[in-house]
Amino acid sequence: MVTRAEKKAAKKARRANESFGRKWTRRSFIGAGAVAGLAASGALVVGIAIRPGDRTDELADLVTEGAEQLVTTWVKIAPDNTVTAIIPHGEMGQGIHTALSAMLAEEMEADWDAMEIMEAPAEKEFANFELGREFFFGQSNIPNALFDTVNGLMLTAAKSMDLQITGGSTSVRFTGVGAMMTAGAAARELLLEAASKQWDVPISELRAEKSYIYHGARKAPFAEFAEVAATLKPNLRPELKKRSEYKLLGQSLPRVDIPSKVDGTAIFGIDAQVEGMKYGTVMAAPVHGQSVAKLNTSDAKSMPGVVDIFNMGDYVAVVADGYWQAKQALDYVEVEWTSAETDNVNEETIFAQYAKAIETGKKTVLHKSGNVGKAMESAASLFEAEYRVPYLAHACMEPMNATAWVRDGKCDIWAGTQNPLGTRMVTAKTLEIDPENVTVHTAFMGGGFGRRATPDYTNQAAQVAAKAGVPVKLIWSREETTQQDHYRPSVLGRFRAGLDAEGLPTSWESTFVHKMDPPEASAIFYDIPNVKAQYAESPTHVRLGPWRSVDHTQHGYFTESFIDELAVNADMDGYEFRRKLLKSKPRHLKVLDTAAKMAGWGKNLPAGQAQGISITESFMTIVAEVVTVDMSGGGPRVLHVACAADAGMAINPDGFKAQMESGIIYGLTAALYGEITIADGAVEQSNFHDYSMVRMDDAPKIDVEIISSDASIGGAGEPGTPPIAPAVANAVFKATGKRIRQLPLSRHDFGAAT
Amino acid sequence: MRSYATAEEATVVQLTVNGKAQNIEIDPETPVLWAVREQLGLNGTKFGCGASLCGACTVHIDGEPVRSCVTPLSEAEGKEVTTIEGLAAPDGTLHAVQQAWIKHQVPQCGYCQSGQIMSAVALLQENSDPSDADIDAAMAGNVCRCGMYTRIKAAIKTAAKEA
Repeated sequence: MVTRAEKKAAKKARRANESFGRKWTRRSFIGAGAVAGLAASGALVVGIAIRPGDRTDELADLVTEGAEQLVTTWVKIAPDNTVTAIIPHGEMGQGIHTALSAMLAEEMEADWDAMEIMEAPAEKEFANFELGREFFFGQSNIPNALFDTVNGLMLTAAKSMDLQITGGSTSVRFTGVGAMMTAGAAARELLLEAASKQWDVPISELRAEKSYIYHGARKAPFAEFAEVAATLKPNLRPELKKRSEYKLLGQSLPRVDIPSKVDGTAIFGIDAQVEGMKYGTVMAAPVHGQSVAKLNTSDAKSMPGVVDIFNMGDYVAVVADGYWQAKQALDYVEVEWTSAETDNVNEETIFAQYAKAIETGKKTVLHKSGNVGKAMESAASLFEAEYRVPYLAHACMEPMNATAWVRDGKCDIWAGTQNPLGTRMVTAKTLEIDPENVTVHTAFMGGGFGRRATPDYTNQAAQVAAKAGVPVKLIWSREETTQQDHYRPSVLGRFRAGLDAEGLPTSWESTFVHKMDPPEASAIFYDIPNVKAQYAESPTHVRLGPWRSVDHTQHGYFTESFIDELAVNADMDGYEFRRKLLKSKPRHLKVLDTAAKMAGWGKNLPAGQAQGISITESFMTIVAEVVTVDMSGGGPRVLHVACAADAGMAINPDGFKAQMESGIIYGLTAALYGEITIADGAVEQSNFHDYSMVRMDDAPKIDVEIISSDASIGGAGEPGTPPIAPAVANAVFKATGKRIRQLPLSRHDFGAAT
Repeated sequence: MRSYATAEEATVVQLTVNGKAQNIEIDPETPVLWAVREQLGLNGTKFGCGASLCGACTVHIDGEPVRSCVTPLSEAEGKEVTTIEGLAAPDGTLHAVQQAWIKHQVPQCGYCQSGQIMSAVALLQENSDPSDADIDAAMAGNVCRCGMYTRIKAAIKTAAKEA
C-alpha cells in the first residue's frame, strides 16, 4: 500500500518535475523574460548570516512568478500560502531536495506536506559559497562571532570562483545548517514580527505552526503577512531550535524525488526536449591533449540521417536526426590523431615517475606534529610499507550528455550538473558571450559522484550546437564516457612507522603523490605523537577530477591497511590495536565498538571466512565498517558489511542509511574490480565488460547503525566509501595471509576454490 | 563490429507500445531504445551502455524482458512492447513492484530504476516467490551504480508478497 505521506511526496515530486518540465519548452524562455517585468513589487529582503543584506530585490525577478513574495533568497511564499524552498544543489539521488527543504521547514514552522521545492537558477546570487569557504578555511569551526565577517568575505571570494557546486558532502553540512535553517528561522521571525504589527499584539504572544501564525484561537496563513514581512529588516542571527525540539528533522521523511523515479516521469539531463533538436555524438582524442591530424568523413556523411560532421580540434562530432544514426556514422569516420611523447605513457612509466617524485621530488608537508625524525631514531623498531591504487572512472549510469541551443548571441544549456554556475561561466567563455546570455536548465543527474562537477561535456554541447545552428542533444557513448573521464588519480604512497617495544607506533610518516581535496584526508586521528604527511606533485597527461570522497578514498585505504599491518606486526587484534590508539577519541571509539559489536567481531566463522575492520573520518562523519569475506570460492566474496556512523545527527535517518549503503557499494566496486589502466597514453577500458561493477549477485548484505552525538552535522554522500576497501583487504589478509598493497583485488591470484 | 546497412530505406514498422498501436517510419535496424525515446517520446527507458551490459534499457516484448539498446525494432514488429510508462493500471494505480519500490525508498539517482523495475516485474511474472538466489540470477544484468541492491531485493520480496 502507498501511504498518505508517500502520496504527498508523489504530488510534491510531480510539481517539482513539472517545474523542470516547464523549462524545457522553447516558449518558456520567452516567458522567463516576461516574468522579470511581473516580479512582485517590494519583494524583499533578508541577508541573514549567509546572505548579506540587500540582494533580494535583484533575485526576486529570477524566482518569483506573479504575486509571489520572495521572503528570503532561499524561500518564497505564494498567495495560496504554499511555501517554496529554493535549493541551490542538484539532485543526484542523495535526497538533498528533501533534506534541505525539511531543514528550512523545520525552522520556519512551514507545513511540510504543502511545501514545494525548486532548484535555484544558475545565477551568481545563488553561488554556493559555503563550499568555497570550506576550501579556504579547511574544516576548522569558525567562531560565531566571526560569522558575518567570514560570510561577507567568502561571498566575494566564492563568487569569483563561480561556485554553485554540489560536492564535498557539503549540502546538508553547510548549505543546510548555514543557509536553509538560518533562512527558515529568519523568515519565521519576520513573519511573526509582521503579524505582531498587523494584529497589534506582542510578538511573545504569537506562535508559528504549519504555515500559520496563531494568537490564542486566532490564526492566519503566512501569506497574509508576507507583504509586511517584506518591508522588515531580517535578523542576522535568528534563534535556532535545539535538536530536542525538532519535529521534522531526524524523521525518515519519504524522499520527494522517488515517485517520479519509479513511474518513468523523472526528467534527467538526457531527457531534455527542445523543438527542432538534432542529436550529436563525439569521439575525442584517445590520448588526452592530442588533436585531429587527418579526417575523412566522406563515407560517414553519406550515412542516413546525418546532418553534419565537424572537426572540433581535439574531437570529432557527428550531428544526425537521431542518436543511433549519429553513432553509426561516427563508426565510419576515419580519423588520425596527432602524436606526441604521451603516446609512450603506460602504467609502468607512470608509477616509475611517481616513485621518482617521492624519492627525489620536492615535498610539501601537509600535516606535522612532534618530531618524526627524532622519534624514528629512538624507535625500538621501524615498519614500512608501500601501497598503490589505480585510476578510477566514475561510471555514472547516465552517460555524459547535454543539450544546447546557441542563437542570437545567447545560449541555453539543459543538463544534469553538479556545477551549474561553472557550466554557465565556461560556456560563456567558450562562446565568447556574456554569462548573462547563458541560461543553464538543470535536471536530475543519473549519477554524479564528482564527474558532473566538470563541465567539459556541456561545453562540447555548446560548441557543437553553435556550429550546427540548431539545438543539439549531445550524448556520449558509454565508451566515450569511460575513456574521457576525469579520473580518481592513481597513487603511490609510502608509509613508515617508528614503534615502541610493544609494537605501538610513536611516529608515523607518509609520503605520496597527488593532493586534491580535502587536505585533512592524509591526517591521522590515532594517538600518535609524531606525525608527518607530505606529498610530491607528479602530474601526467591523464585528467584528474573529484571522485566520491576525493582524497579520502586512497588515504582511507593506505592508513587503515598500514594500521592493520602494524597490529599484525605487534601480534595484536586489529580492533584492539585501534582501540589502544583511540583512547582520547570517545566518538571514534564508540563508532568502532558499535561496528565490532554489530558484526560479532571475533566470533567463530566457517572455514575460508574472515572479518576485517576499518575506521575513517571524512567530511566530519566518522564511519567504521566490519566486513565478512568468504575466500572459499577462490577470489574474495564479501558476505556482509556492518557499518556504524556518527554524523552528529542524521537529518533523514533512512536517507542517511541509503547513502551509507551506496557509498559502501561504490567503494566495494573499486576495491574488488575498479581499475583504469593507461597503455600507449590512452585509457584501455571502455564499457562494463572491462570496467566491472558490483552487481546484485555479488552485493553483500549491509547493516547500518546511526550514532547520534552532539557534534556538528557531518556529510553523508561520501563518508561510507573510504573504509570499505581497507576493511575488505584486512579481511582477505586474515583469511589468506596475503596482504593486499595494491588495489583492486581482482588483480591478485588467490588460487583455486577450496 | 556489426555491419550497418548504410543506405537502407526507412520502412514502416507496426507494433503495439503500452497498449497503443504504433506505425513507426524508421530504419528497422534502429534499436527499440531509440525508437521509443526519440520517435515516441517515451523517455522513461534509459540509455546506459549500448551493449546489453547494464540493463538500464530493459523493456518487455510480449512479456519477455529484453535489452532494448541492442534489440532492433524489426524484432518487435507485430508484437507488444511494454515500457516503464506502461506498467501502471489505466487508472494510474502503480504496479505492485513500483509501490514496493516507493515503500523501500529504493531509487537514489534513479537512472537505472526503470530497467530494474522491468526486470523485477518479469521475474515475478515467471516466479511469484523468488528466493535470494533467484533474485540474484534474474537481476544480475541490471547495474545500480548507487548500489541499492539490498533495497531492490527487499522490494522484490515485498512485491511478491503483496501481488
